Amino acid sequence: MTKLPTWADLVLVPLISLVLAAAISALVILGIGGDPVEAVKVMVDGALGSPYGWGYTLYYTTSFIFTGLGVTVAYHAGQFNIGGEGQAQLGGLGVALVCLALPWPHWTLALPAAMVGAALFGAAWAAVPAWLQAKRGSHIVITTIMFNYIAAALIVYLLVEVLRPAGQMDPATPRFPKGAALPGFHEIPGLSLIFTSKVPANVTFFVALLACVGVWLLLWRTRLGYEIRAFGKSNSAARYAGISPVKVILLSMLISGGLSGLMAINNVMGEAGRLLQNSAEGAGFIGIAVALMGRNHPLGVFLAAFLFGFLYQGGAEMGLWTSIPIELRLLVQGLVILFTGALDTMVRMMIAPFFRPRRKEAA
Amino acid sequence: MAPAQETGRQATAAPAIELRGISKAFGPVQANKDISIRVMPGTIHGIIGENGAGKSTLMSILYGFYKADAGEILIHGREAKITDSQAAIRAGIGMVFQHFKLVQNFTVLENVILGAEEGALLRPSLAKARRELKRLAEEYELEVDPDALVEELSVGHQQRVEILKALYRQADILILDEPTGVLTPAEADHLFRILANLRMQGKTILLITHKLREIMEITDTVSVMRRGEMTATVTTAGTSPEELAELMVGRKVLLHVPKAPANPGRTVLEIRDLRLRDATGVERIKGIDLTIRAGEILGIAGVAGNGQSELLEVLGGFAAATGSVRMNGEEIDLTGRHSDGQTRRARGIAHVPEDRHHLGLILDFSAWENIAFGYHNAPEYQKNALLMDNAAIIADTEGKIERFDVRPPNAFLPAKSFSGGNQQKIVLAREIERNPDLLLVGQPTRGVDIGAIEFIHKRIVELRDAGKAVLLVSVELDEIMSLADRIAVMFDGRIMGERLPADTNERELGLLMAGVADSAETAA
Repeated sequence: MTKLPTWADLVLVPLISLVLAAAISALVILGIGGDPVEAVKVMVDGALGSPYGWGYTLYYTTSFIFTGLGVTVAYHAGQFNIGGEGQAQLGGLGVALVCLALPWPHWTLALPAAMVGAALFGAAWAAVPAWLQAKRGSHIVITTIMFNYIAAALIVYLLVEVLRPAGQMDPATPRFPKGAALPGFHEIPGLSLIFTSKVPANVTFFVALLACVGVWLLLWRTRLGYEIRAFGKSNSAARYAGISPVKVILLSMLISGGLSGLMAINNVMGEAGRLLQNSAEGAGFIGIAVALMGRNHPLGVFLAAFLFGFLYQGGAEMGLWTSIPIELRLLVQGLVILFTGALDTMVRMMIAPFFRPRRKEAA
Repeated sequence: MAPAQETGRQATAAPAIELRGISKAFGPVQANKDISIRVMPGTIHGIIGENGAGKSTLMSILYGFYKADAGEILIHGREAKITDSQAAIRAGIGMVFQHFKLVQNFTVLENVILGAEEGALLRPSLAKARRELKRLAEEYELEVDPDALVEELSVGHQQRVEILKALYRQADILILDEPTGVLTPAEADHLFRILANLRMQGKTILLITHKLREIMEITDTVSVMRRGEMTATVTTAGTSPEELAELMVGRKVLLHVPKAPANPGRTVLEIRDLRLRDATGVERIKGIDLTIRAGEILGIAGVAGNGQSELLEVLGGFAAATGSVRMNGEEIDLTGRHSDGQTRRARGIAHVPEDRHHLGLILDFSAWENIAFGYHNAPEYQKNALLMDNAAIIADTEGKIERFDVRPPNAFLPAKSFSGGNQQKIVLAREIERNPDLLLVGQPTRGVDIGAIEFIHKRIVELRDAGKAVLLVSVELDEIMSLADRIAVMFDGRIMGERLPADTNERELGLLMAGVADSAETAA
């Protein structure tokens, strides 16, 4: 197959995939009697048309960056971590325990501590599947999926039986102390001039950007990253080089789980201010799509996370303001995943003829 | 011998195969450029050329896998449109691939009729095939038990099944792609007898190989390919290996690297009663004793799969074994619990593995990332405690690329984009320039073109002359004979005997490789 130039590979292919996904979504909207033009208008308007919309879009983007990075790190080690959802929920538990442990005086103290809690709990949840894979060869996909269910059940049990304050009806922890509340964009000097109303996007967004840089440094500038990528590309060659499979699988999965867990500082600490059931709300799974579409590169993950943040927020607005049901958001996301991930090769084959050497075109 | 002299039926006939002006491009790469050959019926025609010269592309066009951009194919004087392999078979062309296309858990008979079944019921086809196989076996020395499972057959017998498959489909033109790569010398001899029989019966054979010796031994005419072009077609009797090598490479090539007698010094590696069981509990190394001294090349000869790979893995630090190995007088850990490839490197053992695609290189990594491979913890490659110094690795790579003449000289190209020879040079540069006390090197020239072979052999001899020990494992007897100072033959996990190259010959080594030990040396 013709090798595409880099710009086509990185820009054109995803773009065409998105256009195709959008076109089919439009057909479906037409088919159920909606107006695709109106749908697009409402989506763009709702997600990007106002500071308020941006505040939600960037909030979702933040969550998806963390889970996308989590999948990315594991992917480079050849491990398909499907367990981001459970790891993010456990991260939420870590955040809650840290935030509730002390009467935090200021968020600048609470945030680092909560990050440690989130990352540790997320990593711990990835540790068992990782250990089973490294030592026993149990397939990581199966075990991480199962751990999602265990995480959900564990959180429900803890919320109902242990963490719920006496007299409270809903299964949730108490509210976190005021000093553990992260400033939203509307509370950050400078940004507050733009974001005049309360938005869920918060300082965690900047932590997420740092995480992108950190993951890039880890994978392409450190020895561990080198070993992770080498092992992921060729297990046998890594063995020859003296790279320990156990070490690479364990560490990459711990970092992956830690990153997914870190997502909780965005939703649990930054937005909800307490731990609720199903706190991750599927962001762990969207992280898989984000990593896939972002070509498992932190920059790509950032862009893809933003796209999915847009779809998430825009889709919600569409459900709210048009006759098109909100479930259609899932369809659009599904189509985006289908085209950018699964049908990637098909798109490449479609555009490859345009990149054959010139003399052919002259002929 | 004159072509087609035994076949009366088409004494002055048209060529069995005639290619006229075949061209084929893959993107910007011109794999075949205006190629024309005529292969007379009842002859064995060799096609020789380096890797990437376009031999396989040409054969794939002939067998209908690729469509030529230009040119025509004539079979027995009639233009043939070979659009797919079915059309090739109808035109009487049979192909024996380098990697066999057999169903492992089918019997020989089932494999033979696969794709050539007649009718919905198998029984009549099987009965017919059984009769036919019996006839073919008698006619061409192609005996194979029709009811044996393919997976239980030796490689040589599997190859016979491939030939039988082609003959069963009425092929009168056989294409064999690197047929001896997997055979012992004895099996190769048998194959050549079969080919000679086939020629006698008027079959036409195209033999694709990179081994000069085979061309000289069996073919009537030989065509040489270089960079997509047919550079020459000569009668075998009127040429020499040296001339063919020069035609292949485009310059004079030394087929045998000149080397001074070895000057062995102190013992570097001492192996005592080494044993290894694989994951399924089968003993792959059954008690080996070997000694390698500084300044000598010990060659391990043997047919692939007799424990040589495992021996390299154990010494390279990524397979566990029992017994004793002393490196520079110190015991090294064989359990794998306290050692790996990196501790071996720290001990002064460098390793050019047999399989550079799966072991020696990460094909998706760039050349510079591969230069750091296995040495990525080396202090000179670190910027600080946290980060690697990529710039330093790139600078080092550029030096190595220059000294080892890696082409194209681009440190940023992924390893998979280099030719086999240049890939091997990358591995060799990485391992040799660490100045190891012991170099383990497996199949150093497998899939490497002749020009690079000369270079690689020179470097190995240079390392020896610098007073280092070299353990060379190769299935190419020529290579062992020309490089090794001492030869140990491995068979079924044991050392069958040790010889000095001057005191032995290919016949004797071939017997040892087949497990026939002579009484004088069984003690080894």
